[in-house]
Amino acid sequence: MRNLIGIVLILIVASGVFLCLDNIPFGASRENVGDFYNSSGVKQTGAVNMVTSVVLNYRGFDTLGEVTILFIASLGLGAVLSTVKTSSREETTPSSLILSTGCRFLFPFILLFGTYTFLHGHLTPGGGFQGGAIIASGFLLRYLGCPAKRTNPSLFVALESTGGLVFTLIGLLGLTLSGFFLFNFLPKGEANTLFSAGIIPVIYIAIGFKVGAELAGIIDGLIVKS
Amino acid sequence: MNFLNSYIFYIGAFGLIFIGIYILLTRKNLIKMIIGLSIIDTGVNLLLICMGFLKKGTAPIFSRPGIKPENMVDPTPQALVLTAIVIGVAVLAMALSLAIRLYQHYGTLDMRKIKEQKW
Repeated sequence: MRNLIGIVLILIVASGVFLCLDNIPFGASRENVGDFYNSSGVKQTGAVNMVTSVVLNYRGFDTLGEVTILFIASLGLGAVLSTVKTSSREETTPSSLILSTGCRFLFPFILLFGTYTFLHGHLTPGGGFQGGAIIASGFLLRYLGCPAKRTNPSLFVALESTGGLVFTLIGLLGLTLSGFFLFNFLPKGEANTLFSAGIIPVIYIAIGFKVGAELAGIIDGLIVKS
Repeated sequence: MNFLNSYIFYIGAFGLIFIGIYILLTRKNLIKMIIGLSIIDTGVNLLLICMGFLKKGTAPIFSRPGIKPENMVDPTPQALVLTAIVIGVAVLAMALSLAIRLYQHYGTLDMRKIKEQKW
């Protein structure tokens, strides 16, 4: 009965959606703000990757808000799990030699790849959010592969706060130097080189550390407390 | 065939969204409901990316000379989805931690057996 009601409700909503989308062709060219970003983005921001220039330059203030949402979600997870007693499964069997050696061998390379991804965010596909997620996956491998090694969670908290602080401070520096929050006050340099695009790589490094530390802290909280 | 060719991405995105809503409406286990929320999240991301798609378009990166900005897809929805994916992971972890607390308090994950709420 419940399944039937669910299917009927979804069919009603789906017919409404179909009537809306019938008039919007898929894959057609639309004259909108995206064309403006594509045609004048390199000249205005100095970044070759248009997605990065939208994330950190045209819509940098939105990104600050989204980073704040991420911070609040990780803070809420810590607050909810802080009263949970640590389970008594401390005497886990140690992992085998192959497993522990393998994850000790892979861990620095995963960190290196994550760092590469957020350093080259303005040149190639990638950026702070993706690089941070890759770094957190390295910590996940270490927590699952060698459970005896636990990174100090206060390190994650310190890195997270520093990343958010650097982002806000660069925005305020732009406000004092030119009168606009998150203004690109550094020289833009030559396009397609590593040292270009002004403040974009600096902010992406901060976001990379912040997202990596936040996701690693979430993994730490969920694995240790449950 | 022409219909499928012009609407297949909308069908995929809204298919995922409706599968997620169906799970939310009919399942009783809290973990399965959280999985349904995650599927809705994926469907919405796919829909946003589809909105910026351009037939025969390229990625919005000037990685080599000769790429014209007229052929590029819209970068704005990609920038939105980029952050939305990471936020989706964090919100999923938050929901799972609430499920852990709920299980410790009530000893069950069945939403029908939890007396304080009705569904």
